[in-house]
Amino acid sequence: MRAVAQRGFDMALWRELQALGVPALRVPEAHGGLGLGLLDAAVAAEALGSGSVPAPFAGVAVMAPAWVKGAASATQQAEWLPRMASGEMRVAIALDALECAAARAPSMSAHALTGQVSGVLDAAGATHCLVLLGDGRTALVAADGRGVSVQAQANIDGTRSVADISIDAAPAVPLDTAADPWALAHRVRDAGRIALAADAIGAAQHMLDSAVAWAGERVQFGRVIGSFQGLKHTLAEAVTLLEPCRALLWQAAHAHDQNADDAPLLACHLKAHVGDVTREVARMTTEAHGGMGFTDLLGLHHWFKRCAFDRQFLGTPAQCRDEAASLQGWISPLPVAVRPTGATA
Amino acid sequence: MDLSLSEKHQALADEVAQFLARHGARAPKPHAGHQPPDERMLDWHALLVEHGYSSRTVPRAYGGFGAAPDVLEGAIIAEGFARAGVWQGFTNQGVRMVAPTLLEVGTEAQKRDYVRPTILGRMLWCQGYSEPGAGSDLASVQTRAVRDGDDYVINGQKIWTSFAHYAHMIYVLCRTEPDRPKHAGLSYLVLSMKTPGIEVRPLPNMTGRREFNEVFFTDVRVPAGQMVMGPGDGWKVAQVNLKHERMKLGDPDKIVQRLHRLVTLMRTPQADGRVAMQQPELRARLLQLQAEAAALRAHHLRLLTEQAQDIDSGVKRLIVKLAGTGLLWRLSALAIDAFGEPGLRYAPHVDASDDDQVTVWNFDHMHDLGMLIGGGTSHIQKNIIAERGLGLPPEPRAASALPATTSGDHHRIRS
Repeated sequence: MRAVAQRGFDMALWRELQALGVPALRVPEAHGGLGLGLLDAAVAAEALGSGSVPAPFAGVAVMAPAWVKGAASATQQAEWLPRMASGEMRVAIALDALECAAARAPSMSAHALTGQVSGVLDAAGATHCLVLLGDGRTALVAADGRGVSVQAQANIDGTRSVADISIDAAPAVPLDTAADPWALAHRVRDAGRIALAADAIGAAQHMLDSAVAWAGERVQFGRVIGSFQGLKHTLAEAVTLLEPCRALLWQAAHAHDQNADDAPLLACHLKAHVGDVTREVARMTTEAHGGMGFTDLLGLHHWFKRCAFDRQFLGTPAQCRDEAASLQGWISPLPVAVRPTGATA
Repeated sequence: MDLSLSEKHQALADEVAQFLARHGARAPKPHAGHQPPDERMLDWHALLVEHGYSSRTVPRAYGGFGAAPDVLEGAIIAEGFARAGVWQGFTNQGVRMVAPTLLEVGTEAQKRDYVRPTILGRMLWCQGYSEPGAGSDLASVQTRAVRDGDDYVINGQKIWTSFAHYAHMIYVLCRTEPDRPKHAGLSYLVLSMKTPGIEVRPLPNMTGRREFNEVFFTDVRVPAGQMVMGPGDGWKVAQVNLKHERMKLGDPDKIVQRLHRLVTLMRTPQADGRVAMQQPELRARLLQLQAEAAALRAHHLRLLTEQAQDIDSGVKRLIVKLAGTGLLWRLSALAIDAFGEPGLRYAPHVDASDDDQVTVWNFDHMHDLGMLIGGGTSHIQKNIIAERGLGLPPEPRAASALPATTSGDHHRIRS
């Protein structure tokens, strides 16, 4: 994992995930995929988080297929989705026009795309990038094409990649069949939020399992340290915090699959709550390992960092709670560029 | 995976919604539990039993609705009522624990005499479990019941006995076989609170309202037919009892209802014109608690699903009391903060105190603190979660005067 994380993208590992069907999960069967729902993808995401697997997933395998299905023409879908399912076409996600003023967002004229995007998910190893434009439309641009410059962003978690991309009159293809492109962009982000929350739950569960095992082995003062209430109670608190998150994850993913009215609210709550819980569980379980928890030798920090990434990216707890308040009409709608669709005044 | 409701369950959800639309407006508001139920509450409850929205699976022969057990049906009904903010009738110990226990292990005479009035809320029960020397370590109860002819004669003291001052009946865990190992020496007796020799003394608590009592037994004679199962089976009966209590444990409806009350409060301008929802700190806390409530509700559905499939939920079930009571405490704490300075008001003895929102929330808040302690303290819960849920080794224990037991067993009854 260390080696792969340093390289950014590992084709051998990706081929193994491809053999398992991971990139095909969310692609319809008609296009060579497995045709599964976000609920199924959430189970996969939890497993990948549990292993801290250094490979793209939330962007390439969850958000990209949803975006293409929602915005691309039938011809485009027939061309791209089979290649995405096979793992050959890996599409990074640039949604930051949801967060920035329209004037700064990328724009497109005559099949040429220009602009700066940051926070591009799964950029390492990507063959293409889907870019949200200031007018709500979407463009697909080749990652290694003319006028495209990818600059990796340093991030705490080396196992996933985020990049800045400068685009200067790059050839690009518009995707413009979505009836409500802003709503689609929010829905794509919700799917990403749910996938990241699932990933964090898997990572935190791994840390908890590791702490429980350690507490049952390590002897101090002539006793297994897990027999001390101080440690026992900490681990009991950790499981009490973490376990209900899993049911909330399934509910949020199910609501998303059903396109239920409360799906955006559940995605906000999930992202915020899991962000807080996994930070706390990561802290408790690292402490439970004593000095070893802090070392690189044990490597537990990779899961700590996994949780940290999942918490910050695609909406911090504070941002998601503001959106949740807005969705319920508890506060005035957020500024236009970040307003979730369906918000009531 | 598909988490949608089946047609049958969707039909029930629709039926409940129609019932609530037709009758919901005349549902009484329940008392805070410090006084016995009144006729309005009893009438409403009887209507619910008739429609199968309470005691749904109790056989018709004993006054119930006679439905086949289906945990999802129960959850659908409860959620419909919670969402509509309508009181779903009594959830007292008799309804929740005693009637199902008697149906499972009681004699025909016990079922015939007690189940119908109990599920209608007309026969109220209190629990004679804890003693001054037997709290978390419940199986060490010392109240004695000695066989004398056709009777048992009870001597001893119980404590933390909620509602003993108006309950009609009590179920008592007492030691009948003092020579047998701790858990094997207990028996379970049910008797009228009017039996001579029972004395009830109030045990005032911090809320200022009468809830708890001490119950003293002095040569109390009970016919042997009042024993549930046989001599020495008391712990087994208590386990059956507990199994039925657990079906109710982690019930998210109370949390959902309280959250609704809190949201209403925080959107309503207070006396000084402030609206709590406009205060970022309070709003952020509300949103945190709302997510937590949603997680516990989903978790509850997961447990119900597992229960329906006879899956042992293990640690997932064990965390419910700790998580739920902690959340309730933080919900009432936020409500008090939302009132601002007027949140210091507390007038529990005024007649209209049920309409005085600040008093109600302060009462809830103190009551919640009691809930963190009662039914197995949070510390005991964490021991149980860690030892039985996560498999961590037990704390070394001092040898007991009574025969030793397997680890964790003495917690089980209160979990």
